[in-house]
Amino acid sequence: MTELSFKPVATSHEVEQASRPSLSYWQDAGRRLFANVRAMISLFVIVFLLLMAYLGPFIWRVDHTEQHLDKTSQAPWVNRNAILISEDSPWQEVVVAEPTGTHRAPSNIEVVGEARTTSVGLKWDAVPNATAYRIYRHILQPVAGLPLGLPIGETENGTHVSFQDKMDIQQKTYWYSVVALDDEGNEFEEFTSIEVRPRLYITVGEALRLGHITDASNVEPGDTVRLDWHPLGTDYLGRDMLARLIKGAQVSLSIGIVAPLFFIIIGILIGSVSGFFGGVVDSILMRFTDIVIALPFLLFMILFMVWFGVEAGGSGIPAMVVALVLLSWPGVARLVRGEVLQIREHGYVEASRLLGGTNRWLIGRHMIPNTMGVVLVSFTFAVPATIFTEAFLSFIGMGVVPPTPSWGAMCNDGIRTMEKTPHELLFPALFISITVLAFNLLGDGLRDALDARMRARE
Amino acid sequence: MPRYIAMRLLQGIFTVWFIATATFGVMHSIPGDPLESDKAISQEIRENLEAKYGLDKRKITQYGIFLLNMVRGDFGWSFEHENRRVNDIIAEQFPVSATLGVLAIVFAGLGGILWGALTALYRNKWPDVVIIILVILGISVPSFVFATVGQLGIVTLNKTLGIDIPVAGWGTVWHMLIPALVLGLGTMAFLTRLMRTSMLEIVNADYIRTARSKGVPIAQIFARHQLRNAILPVLTVLGPSIAGITTGGFVVENVFGIPGLGKYFVTAVQQSDYGVIMGTTVFYGAFLVLMVIIVDLLYAVVDPRVRLNK
Repeated sequence: MTELSFKPVATSHEVEQASRPSLSYWQDAGRRLFANVRAMISLFVIVFLLLMAYLGPFIWRVDHTEQHLDKTSQAPWVNRNAILISEDSPWQEVVVAEPTGTHRAPSNIEVVGEARTTSVGLKWDAVPNATAYRIYRHILQPVAGLPLGLPIGETENGTHVSFQDKMDIQQKTYWYSVVALDDEGNEFEEFTSIEVRPRLYITVGEALRLGHITDASNVEPGDTVRLDWHPLGTDYLGRDMLARLIKGAQVSLSIGIVAPLFFIIIGILIGSVSGFFGGVVDSILMRFTDIVIALPFLLFMILFMVWFGVEAGGSGIPAMVVALVLLSWPGVARLVRGEVLQIREHGYVEASRLLGGTNRWLIGRHMIPNTMGVVLVSFTFAVPATIFTEAFLSFIGMGVVPPTPSWGAMCNDGIRTMEKTPHELLFPALFISITVLAFNLLGDGLRDALDARMRARE
Repeated sequence: MPRYIAMRLLQGIFTVWFIATATFGVMHSIPGDPLESDKAISQEIRENLEAKYGLDKRKITQYGIFLLNMVRGDFGWSFEHENRRVNDIIAEQFPVSATLGVLAIVFAGLGGILWGALTALYRNKWPDVVIIILVILGISVPSFVFATVGQLGIVTLNKTLGIDIPVAGWGTVWHMLIPALVLGLGTMAFLTRLMRTSMLEIVNADYIRTARSKGVPIAQIFARHQLRNAILPVLTVLGPSIAGITTGGFVVENVFGIPGLGKYFVTAVQQSDYGVIMGTTVFYGAFLVLMVIIVDLLYAVVDPRVRLNK
């Protein structure tokens, strides 16, 4: 048995190897998030909304502040091919002889010629003993027994049985009502109504003035002119809804994202310091947090909004962000503190401390990065909550200052005309709902992806 | 337990003091004062008025007087509503807001528990799907939209059925139902979701399996074990929900023209009506603080595992 009988065993260099690359916590979470269809759709929706808010103005170049009082509350997607006419033909009054009989309501009311948005002519059969007629125009069918409101005109006497309306006629359904007056100038109770739907016409002069045609010599009456297009209609001041929604998206989203960003940073600072140091620092900070949480949120939001005030011509956005930040940080602070209290007990923190890690290092390197998951989730939930708050405040008139459009403020405007033109309320409300829903679903997805313990069982 | 209650109350009093101080500070730093109005008043009248309301004294003295009066439960006079005490205004408006809020909480709580239990019972069947879709709607649609839709709904209902449910205002039970329902919808949706999760978690609990293996009827397991335990997490969020309900309350009061505190407060802030602002904020804050304490105590009563010693 010499030394030669022994042969050293060749050391195997084969180590156990993972068949797939190892994933960090964030990579793993990212994979789970990508696999979540609902969360991914929500993410796309959010990206789309952000693109709409910040790139939209470059594509849809309509001024959101421009008012057109001649086309207020226009419905979305209406016909915009107007027929050109040179000028309205002069109005021919219809005069008849004094009729006999006992009927009291004007009968056979009819439109003279064609009802156009430039003018609508009406004529009717005369009423015995009438001294004049009053003409009313409504958007909804008038109901017998209810007051008619303000007339748009009155005829000269009882034998003049026609009327021409040239006042701000739009492309929608109108109800014209004619009521006769007795010899004391009082209205008869009976009236007759007719439903009229004017066709879109424009005079050459008007088209020139609005810049739809540049030269009157190369157009002929009967040509069609394309008017301004409002794909989502206009609001009660004739402002383009799409342009306002885009601008409103900027306002609502920037408040909804910037304010949570700030209050989450403050929350992280206070929460991590409080949880890390514990003791007196902790109790002082946490008592303060308790108090701020107990403040009546909305009352103080309103107080702060007024306090920070709005300089002339301001939008009220900075005031709202500051107020939101001041009142909303405690939730995050509590959350982060709880996390830090758990992390503090872990072995790697102790190891880091033994290796000479300073407090700043421990907080910055271990505490805050490890709370990021929770913080990210609470951020995604804070955004919709903030958008809601902004909408609430703007809705009760304590939010952004008109004419700054925010979705909430637009809803507030839209409610006034809700029954006649629901689109003014519908679109901003839809945008609020979609945004809030998307952020909520994304938040759910993130929570499921980042923390298996918190995973909602659905 | 009594010690805990005493601690919480003491903390509550401190919070109310903080609310009062913060409001006082903010209010007095808002430019303008209650005597500023459209009508120009002479220097002499102004001085007299300031003396009457104590506005001529130093800020710190005013603060002291205010705190002393507050301890006595007196919020002084309103500036804008002549010869009305703030206490009277609160006594008149607050019950309206509170009734609305309490009714909304009841709706939200009962509805949330009921719907949540149903979804868990019919898990992944059509009632579950329908309710979940409604819940998503309830969470993402702002309450002012519900409010307007609700109002429109009443109008159509009145027209088609020929009945006369009031569309706006306050007074009878009929005035309250729809606004309270609308106000509670968001919270109801949130609670439904919570209840569903908590029901599904309990389905797999050991004590349910034990009960099953002992042959306890399904209905009894559902009512006695599952439902009772699942309600607990729902109760914990009821406290914070109360504050959330008051937020929506302002909007609902606005839409339905209900004479609650919300409207009064907004006007008071705009007019710098010091008395009403202070009174409303402090009273409201105290009410919220008290409510949260009560909910926490109730929670301890319902769930014996919660020990209130810290």
